[in-house]
Amino acid sequence: MITFDKVSKKYNDEYEALKEVSFVIGPNEFVSIVGPSGAGKTTLLKMLLAEDKPTGGTVLLQGVNIHTLSDREINDVRRKIGSVFQDFRLLPQKNVFENIAFAMEAAGKSDEEIDSDVPHVLELVDLGSKIWSFPHELSGGEKQRVAIARAIVNQPDIIIADEPTGNLDPVNTYDIVEILKRINDLGTTVILTTHNKGVIDSVGKRVITMQGGKVIRDDPTGKYIL
Amino acid sequence: MEQSAFKTKLKRILKSGFFSFWRSGFVSVASMLVMIVTLSVIAGVVFTGAILGATLEELRNKVDVNVYFLTTAEETDILGLKSRIEAMPEVAKVEYVSREKALEAFKERHESDAITLQALEELGDNPLGAALNIKAKEPSQYESLANFLNEENILSNQGSRIIDKINYFENKVAIEKLDRIIDSADRLGFGLSLALVVISIIITLNTIRLAIYISREEISVMQLVGASKNYIKGPFVITGFLVGLSSSLITLILLFPVLYWIGGLTENFFIGLNVFDYYIQNFIQIFLIIIASGTAIGAFSSLLAVRKYLKL
Repeated sequence: MITFDKVSKKYNDEYEALKEVSFVIGPNEFVSIVGPSGAGKTTLLKMLLAEDKPTGGTVLLQGVNIHTLSDREINDVRRKIGSVFQDFRLLPQKNVFENIAFAMEAAGKSDEEIDSDVPHVLELVDLGSKIWSFPHELSGGEKQRVAIARAIVNQPDIIIADEPTGNLDPVNTYDIVEILKRINDLGTTVILTTHNKGVIDSVGKRVITMQGGKVIRDDPTGKYIL
Repeated sequence: MEQSAFKTKLKRILKSGFFSFWRSGFVSVASMLVMIVTLSVIAGVVFTGAILGATLEELRNKVDVNVYFLTTAEETDILGLKSRIEAMPEVAKVEYVSREKALEAFKERHESDAITLQALEELGDNPLGAALNIKAKEPSQYESLANFLNEENILSNQGSRIIDKINYFENKVAIEKLDRIIDSADRLGFGLSLALVVISIIITLNTIRLAIYISREEISVMQLVGASKNYIKGPFVITGFLVGLSSSLITLILLFPVLYWIGGLTENFFIGLNVFDYYIQNFIQIFLIIIASGTAIGAFSSLLAVRKYLKL
């Protein structure tokens, strides 16, 4: 359960990226967050990953205010959240296997677990043949699938996907949305931010619409304002 | 169990650091080139210090004070005084030149001067007195030494004066000037060396910081997947260490042909010190200085740089 309770974020006492945002996301939900650039979508996700602190309100994850946690506890929280970004954010010096293994190493998994789980998770995203490739040898869609594999390899409770299809062609966009839907069907909460109406329509689940740092609509049937 | 987890973590950090060093290619080579320049400056400072030290030591050795005795002075009185002088803490060495040796040396010096030698023959007796050649540990100590010899009423066993003259007072101005030059050269050399080393280290620090700046996105990703700060810092520190180690080894190898080439020049130019011979004779110390400097600069600057991007 994720709770945003009157969360505000001001930068330099002037620009207000979030204005008393409140909502609750339950277990196994698939929630799309939509809105124009500057609406506050990415700031919202940063709050959830404890990348940034709110200037007002609280963010609760399973009832715990994540911004009061120690560094070590924040690392534990992050290991329970898988992140996927528009620009993939793969480690360029590591091959596909090592990129995914890194997330498992950070979670303290053994070499045996890594050797058995990484090929398995790559099969799930149809990238088994690219296991020893480096990021620069992959297409945009392949990179994003590696990023998804990295996000799910530790079997997180939540997947955060920040504009994951922003750099992809329609075919890859469709594939990525299908993968996220499958992950959600397996019981993982998915939070997706996007501009893409096609993506929101194809998901067909709850949509939170944001504008100017505020939630202007929260519709469980997938309706939105863009 | 905890020990095995630590071992696994350490193994992964070392492996990741090594791979990062190897795969970074151009960035590693660029960092190494700058590091080699820094280490060469450090090595240069070591050799310049040795050359300066040897030159100044040679100059110091050229300074001495001679005490000339009356021809009537007894050898036992002179040797007694020699023992007293030797016991003084500021004295490095005292050499006794007997009347006979002084005469021999005089004749040798004037062997082509027939008139002087003839005059000496005509005198019949040895006109030269014995002498003590005194070397102090520092040129600045000659004055107090000379004053002691001058003021102390040094007499023979029979109570008569035995010292004829002390040459310090004739050379006083030159000795003091030399002392000031040696002192200034020492301080200037140290100051310049320190400045060069500091500048080189700052340049290397910034190069490595720049190399890690390229990885700032990676660092944030590592944090977002829940890696601990030490687990993120570790590979960067290992990479920095490896850059330092490789640069140190290359610098040590490059020094062989370079010093071999300039060794002869320094030998002719700087009072006999061949830097190549100095390098070979002091290889273990120089090896340790260069390796310790390289690895410490590499690891420390990486640590400083990566800390900057661990702010999530």
